[in-house]
Amino acid sequence: MRIPCTFLGHARWHAAMTRIVSLGLLCLLIAIPVAATAQDDVDNGQALLEALDVRSFQDKAEAINAIIESEDERANDWLQALLDGDLQRHKDDGRFVIVTDNVGREWPVIDALSGDDLGEMSRRDLARININNALRRQLRSALSMVELYTGDRDERREAAKGLIGKVDDELSDSLASRLENESDEDVRHRLNQALAVYRLEQGDIDAVETLAGSLNSDVRVALTRAADGEGAVADAAQAALADIEQTLKLNRGAETLYFGLSMGSVLVLAAIGLAITFGVMGVINMAHGELIMLGAYSSWMMQQLLPGYPGIAVLLSIPVGFLVSALVGVVIERSVIQHLKGRPLETLLATFGVSLILQQLVRTVVSPLNRSVTTPEWMSGSVAINDALSLTLNRLYVMGFAVLVFAALILVMHRTRLGLEVRAVTQNRAMARSMGIRATRVDIMTFALGSGVAGLAGVALAQLTNVGPNLGQSYIIDSFMVVVFGGVGNLWGTLVAGLSLGIINQVLEPWAGAVLAKIMVLVFIILFIQKRPRGLFPQKGRAAEG
Amino acid sequence: MHWLGRPFNERSTQLFLLVLVLAVTLVTVLHLAVSPQHPLYVSGYTVGLLGKYLCFALLAVAVDLVWGYLGILSLGHGAFFALGGYAMGMYLMRQVGDRGTYGDPVLPDFMVFMNWESLPWYWHGFDMAWFAFLMVFLAPGALALVFGYLAFRSRVTGVYLSIITQAMTFALMLAFFRNEMGFGGNNGLTDFYDILGFDLRSNATGLGLFIASGIALAFGYLLCRSIVASKLGRVCVASRDAEARTRFLGYRVERVQLFVFVVSAMLAGLAGALYVPQVGIINPSEFEPLFSIEIVVWVALGGRATLYGAVIGAILVNYAKTIFTGVMPDAWLFALGGLFVISTVLLPKGIAGVLAHRFRRREASNTTKTEVPA
Repeated sequence: MRIPCTFLGHARWHAAMTRIVSLGLLCLLIAIPVAATAQDDVDNGQALLEALDVRSFQDKAEAINAIIESEDERANDWLQALLDGDLQRHKDDGRFVIVTDNVGREWPVIDALSGDDLGEMSRRDLARININNALRRQLRSALSMVELYTGDRDERREAAKGLIGKVDDELSDSLASRLENESDEDVRHRLNQALAVYRLEQGDIDAVETLAGSLNSDVRVALTRAADGEGAVADAAQAALADIEQTLKLNRGAETLYFGLSMGSVLVLAAIGLAITFGVMGVINMAHGELIMLGAYSSWMMQQLLPGYPGIAVLLSIPVGFLVSALVGVVIERSVIQHLKGRPLETLLATFGVSLILQQLVRTVVSPLNRSVTTPEWMSGSVAINDALSLTLNRLYVMGFAVLVFAALILVMHRTRLGLEVRAVTQNRAMARSMGIRATRVDIMTFALGSGVAGLAGVALAQLTNVGPNLGQSYIIDSFMVVVFGGVGNLWGTLVAGLSLGIINQVLEPWAGAVLAKIMVLVFIILFIQKRPRGLFPQKGRAAEG
Repeated sequence: MHWLGRPFNERSTQLFLLVLVLAVTLVTVLHLAVSPQHPLYVSGYTVGLLGKYLCFALLAVAVDLVWGYLGILSLGHGAFFALGGYAMGMYLMRQVGDRGTYGDPVLPDFMVFMNWESLPWYWHGFDMAWFAFLMVFLAPGALALVFGYLAFRSRVTGVYLSIITQAMTFALMLAFFRNEMGFGGNNGLTDFYDILGFDLRSNATGLGLFIASGIALAFGYLLCRSIVASKLGRVCVASRDAEARTRFLGYRVERVQLFVFVVSAMLAGLAGALYVPQVGIINPSEFEPLFSIEIVVWVALGGRATLYGAVIGAILVNYAKTIFTGVMPDAWLFALGGLFVISTVLLPKGIAGVLAHRFRRREASNTTKTEVPA
């Protein structure tokens, strides 16, 4: 664990501590007779820390207060180190040190008093200054208070949030005065909440109004406690809680929708390539899942080739994944599928054989074990919408990617010569050929396009799950379901089907469990096919025949 | 039963039955009458292996009936096979009685392990052999009836049907993997003791099961053959080749399809029921889509719409699998994948097609020879 080793000696810190102390916040206990008069700063600090190294936790609590009162500029670092368990004492010479990295046996340390780098010390020579939970709480509120006075906006926000539910008599006064000087709206809001929770505990009915609508879990805990009882306060708290529950439900709905859309966009990516090849050639390509897998592996390969540049590797793996899968797709088309014209069931079997070969090939050449692709920094993390809802960034990127791919495909299909020919062959192969369209060439191009899109799906999937030889297998049945559900030869149908299946799955999951939800979706599609054998958006007119 | 006897007049059926009877007799004799030191001795292990092949052959015949003659490529016949197997497995599980690890007289071990108080309702009756054996046919039959009724009524055909049969077996696999289903979850049903009072670990029982599998295969083959040779079979083939035209001629195609589909599912269930006591375990892996599609490749390699081709294919592929997985397990998927491609691209009529072609050519050359002097 690393701690900030800058010894912040700031005027702000002084001002903050002066105020705290002057408000009498923390001088509730008898000050320990420290050598306050000592001229030497080092000696003074030594004494303050000495007082911490006692057995009784009560005495330690007093020592902590003494440190706060001392207005020593190193106090913040000491308290943080104490909280993190990094404040230690050398067993032989009694020197206090702060451990900056406690991995291994030799720990790099700095002198707690002077801040000098002391090199490494053996962990066996050091003794940690132990604290208990009560002290931890005390330290946290003290540190939050310090942060509130000295931190920047984000730090103040976090500090105020951390204080919710932890305010006691002494803290409340200083918080109130802090509130007056706070300019940031968000921090004020949080401080108000923290104070309101305290006032609620005192039985103040107006506090409920301040707390209403908050999604913070500590606020909810306080309200639940207040609602448990009788009287006006309890009633008000109950009403506020019911309100919050309502908002939370909405939030959960939004979260389910987000996960559903994310899962749906993965399904759309996986299925749309299949929809193209199936629609145009009437060919079931069972190796489609393995083309997805190859795309994922190209993403992994790019990262192996460009170690240390995960961002560039991800961007490069988009064209590489497309090309690799497209190339393999063309090879499959030329070597197997073109010999099975007009025999869709045999094509299904043959391509299934190809999928087995590709799987085993990856297992033999790369490894049967799963590989993981590192997510670049700009894709990791999450966006917090409010206290109860945060969206993971990588899923957001995958959704955006799916939209881009879909838009690009629509453009290709409706704005290019290739798209025109593909649509013509889909509608009526014989007629298209007699109009001079080289159907065989269209077949190859379509297959390359569909396979390439599968590769893109793989690149996206590599960001969400592990890359392994079985990756494709787990998506092939889902992809077929999406295509069949949406209606063959209809890109919009695939989009709607993929997204809705993703959402249905996520809605069912909480109350049925992941496996049962999946079973229910499968059964639903099987039943749906009975009702509408040609999917949601069937092809109409003559094109539908044959 | 005159319709069941009709195939006896066909030469291919006579030949098939002759070969089957000879093979089963030969294995029996070599197992019983030859001393274990003799190189020609067939061990109990081999008998079990051959019995397994016969079950697969029956399963392949069932698939060939729907694919070869009805044109329905079922990618879910493994589900019917597994359901028959589970019905048998439940019977065998109940026969264990208090000999299980936990010694509970009624509950199987895995239920005791999961702290279940009593037997789930669908486990009742499986302590009686007749009921369990009935369920071997009824469970897969009922599934096929419901599924087929829905599918054929709304005229789901071709690749669509294949895909939803695959979805069906996939859904069942997921379901049977769940511990809450009460079928032993991941581990399935295993650790059986005896069947109808015979010890499952004795060689004699193994031989009995092998012979039973042979009889079942003969019965299944005869049944399929008689369906195919009947008027019903003609309608099947007609609907395979031109479904709409057959319908316009006044035949209720969906009823024919449903009937044949259910019969095929029951045969698959029978195969599964005979398979389980011979391998000693049934678990959800039999529901895997890969297994179902493998069955289709046995049929494709052997030759569609011949029935005996399915038997040849099933035995050949499974023999190859036994050899491969023993010698170089990594190569098996390459070989299987290659088989899929070769049997569809290069051997569209399968081995049976090649045999028939040879046979016909020889016959043709014979006739020309006899004609020449005349």
